[in-house]
Amino acid sequence: MSTTADSLHFEQPAHDAHHDLDHKPGFFTRWFMSTNHKDIGTLYLIFAIIAGVIGGALSGIMRWELMEPGIQVLNRAWPIGAGTANFDEWTHHWNVLITAHALIMIFFTVMPAMMGGFGNWFVPLMIGAPDMAFPRMNNISFWLLVPAFLLLLGSSFVSGGTGLGAGTGWTMYAPLSTSGSTGPAVDMTIFAMHLAGASSILGAINFITTIFNMRAPGMTLHKMPLFVWSVLVTAFLLLLSLPVLAGAITMLLTDRNFGTAFFDASGGGNVVLYQHLFWFFGHPEVYIMILPGFGMVSQIVATFSRKPVFGYLGMAYAMVAIGVIGFVVWAHHMFTTGMSVDEKMYFTAATMIIAVPTGVKVFSWIATMWGGSITFETPMLFAIGFIFLFTIGGVTGVVLANGGVDTYMQDTYYVVAHFHYVLSLGAIFAIFAGFYYWFPKMWGRMYNEALGKIHFFLMFVGVNIIFFPMHFLGLDGMPRRIPDYTPAFAGWNYIATVGYMITIAGVAVFFVNLFWSLAAGKKAPANPWGEGATTLEWTLSSPPPFHQFSTLPKID
Amino acid sequence: MRLIGWVIALAAAGLTPAAAQTPASSPTQNVSTATAPSTTAPPPAGTAQNPGQPDAATAPAAATPAIAVMAPTPGIGEPDGRTGLQNQVTPIGEEAANFHNYWLLPLCAAICILVLALLVYAIIRFRRGANPVPSRNSHNTMIEVIWTLVPVLVLVGIAIPSIRLLRHTYSPPPADLTVKVTGHQWYWSYEYPDNGVTFDSYMLKEKNDPTRQANQRFRTDADGPPLLAADERLVIPAGKVVKFIITADDVIHSFAVPAFWIKQDANPGQLHETWAKVDRPGVYFGQCSELCGARHAFMPIAVEVLPPAEFAKWVASKGGHMPGAKPAGPDSTAASPVSASAVPAVTTTPAAAQPTPATTTKQPATNQAATAQN
Repeated sequence: MSTTADSLHFEQPAHDAHHDLDHKPGFFTRWFMSTNHKDIGTLYLIFAIIAGVIGGALSGIMRWELMEPGIQVLNRAWPIGAGTANFDEWTHHWNVLITAHALIMIFFTVMPAMMGGFGNWFVPLMIGAPDMAFPRMNNISFWLLVPAFLLLLGSSFVSGGTGLGAGTGWTMYAPLSTSGSTGPAVDMTIFAMHLAGASSILGAINFITTIFNMRAPGMTLHKMPLFVWSVLVTAFLLLLSLPVLAGAITMLLTDRNFGTAFFDASGGGNVVLYQHLFWFFGHPEVYIMILPGFGMVSQIVATFSRKPVFGYLGMAYAMVAIGVIGFVVWAHHMFTTGMSVDEKMYFTAATMIIAVPTGVKVFSWIATMWGGSITFETPMLFAIGFIFLFTIGGVTGVVLANGGVDTYMQDTYYVVAHFHYVLSLGAIFAIFAGFYYWFPKMWGRMYNEALGKIHFFLMFVGVNIIFFPMHFLGLDGMPRRIPDYTPAFAGWNYIATVGYMITIAGVAVFFVNLFWSLAAGKKAPANPWGEGATTLEWTLSSPPPFHQFSTLPKID
Repeated sequence: MRLIGWVIALAAAGLTPAAAQTPASSPTQNVSTATAPSTTAPPPAGTAQNPGQPDAATAPAAATPAIAVMAPTPGIGEPDGRTGLQNQVTPIGEEAANFHNYWLLPLCAAICILVLALLVYAIIRFRRGANPVPSRNSHNTMIEVIWTLVPVLVLVGIAIPSIRLLRHTYSPPPADLTVKVTGHQWYWSYEYPDNGVTFDSYMLKEKNDPTRQANQRFRTDADGPPLLAADERLVIPAGKVVKFIITADDVIHSFAVPAFWIKQDANPGQLHETWAKVDRPGVYFGQCSELCGARHAFMPIAVEVLPPAEFAKWVASKGGHMPGAKPAGPDSTAASPVSASAVPAVTTTPAAAQPTPATTTKQPATNQAATAQN
């Protein structure tokens, strides 16, 4: 069973072809008409960083507002929604913040970073392919994302009913998003989702085609690195779930503008139907955000433990299982909508089953470390942090899976804590782990290890101080999505905001490290991580040539 | 590109000191509860409801002495900054809280501690300094089978009490009282179809709230905590099975009372039901739990649980009637037990806190209120 690749022997091209392969087009052609998977991956990463900074700043405004009871921040004149004097507009602005924060982080930060960024950069490198299967479609995928993001940001400047912007929550539940929100803001948000969804569907098609057809000779599916497996599973989730979202929000659009009544009881529709459609997409979506992280963490743990991944097949098929089961558990997001008891029992049981493959992954990561010779470079720190924090988010997920218990937790801060543990601390930690891991490969320079470690420890402490107290707030009954709260909730909210400040300091260190290392980092060798880094990308120079593998490597 | 990143990063970092300086001044508190722009003016609108009641005209406050504002007990039925679940006062709540506190939570803690311990051990024992030569071991079928099957067994152990809890939740005893709950932007209305009582319930504003109208009642500590206290509480009898039928008339809201372990979305165009049997008289608070627009945070649910006799008195004071009793006739029979039962456990504050014009004290043809007073 050869997996990551001490056993991947391949033939170097007989001559050093880099010279011929490094011919780059001019600036505009290279970056605006890109067909090179590495350049497109870079564009995606830059895009995700910009969006992440905006989304993170929005959460800063929210934490600032929630630091104390009362409205202290929303009543100020913001660039967005400036000059609103009316209390309802302030609180509407809050709803715009929560909506924008979620949509930006999900569709414009995590997904572009993981699939668009790391997926584009490293899937072809890891399977020994010269590029993606459809390079021009790859370009369209990226450039659809830009207008989508602009539409979403632009929606904050037009009317959304009570105030400027779409204040529907990222789930856009009808009828708040239909009859409850007049004005063009929600329409713009819907179009943004349409475009982002189309972008992801095209990207998914590209990944599936690439992985199935362009693997180097000898690289069977069961020899693919786990990151490639994770992208393959994620691509199928995207391909199957996003069309359902597109249908649901198109029905929202016609309900809003063309007099249909899909989700309007007075016309024979059903408000809960929208939620079923939305979460049929929405639950796979949460695995879309975390599965590539699983893949990256597997590579990183194996590399720095200097051991092959433990239980490779189990790891690969655990991801497949998570993907499959992820499609049949959606209504656990809707336990309080009024379901039959049989429905609740089924979705309770089905949801808990996901814990089994997830547990297999956690234990396999630990087993990969077991017996290894571990070093603790920044990517490994983030990967270990990921494993522990994802476990916390996972066990609270098991609590929430119980339909009878979820009655209490639903729509409280307990849920907020849960999904930030798996996303903000899971997906984002995985993204940072991957970013540091591949930093030398992508940019040809080493990042600063000391700054990287400071970043990790500040962020690890900070995010835990933000999100762990949210469990307490939720258990004490604090609802989500409220800009003001009764004074009993003040203590833990204050602490959470302090945690945000620590996190921001960590992120600032990251940016210092990023720019300093890009400008003045030490030149990176082809493989800075030593004998543990066995996948194909480490056989190429750092950064890789503009075109690689013109002679395909052979894997035995 | 880098420049943009820098600017934004600096701006974000700039937030930090600013946030730290946010003054804890009390004026901010004023703003907080400054709800109600002039556009909607809730209380007058509230009085407008129920046109079916002809002379609901303001019965003088003095004429309804039966309703005293029951003061909530700190730490029960309201948040108090704790790190765990609120005290549960219903059978379902107790079962669920026990399931959570004594089974799920310890299990979660144990799993996290196990993973943490394994990680720490691996980090120390297998660091490069301690173990320079890595093993090549990457398979062990037995251990893989174990860590697949053991979680399955643990999950079965969770599923059994979980399914039992669901079964109990969905098998309510026959209802003694039915209350129809309707969510609106942004208040609740409660209807007692068998008692002929209907009213709206708005959040009480703070005394110094600039948007509070002069004649509008403000919150006192007896009403409950800020943002949770309501002008008209949902009143239910203690020890009785109460069925809530829940709907909404504009967008989705969610009717939730943590201390009862109930939460049911209020969907426009649908009726859903949930139930509670509360033995302990007292006041319990909840909040709307589904995003419903601008003032989602400001439509609390305040439930007052009264002993049955007191409850009958309250129904009478609202111009309603108990289902058994005839509306007009047998006043004396209904009245005598009522007057006999003064509830000692309940702290009451003077009825003077009640003279809000917002509350429609409906006084239909029957003079039940006066009767109950005897």
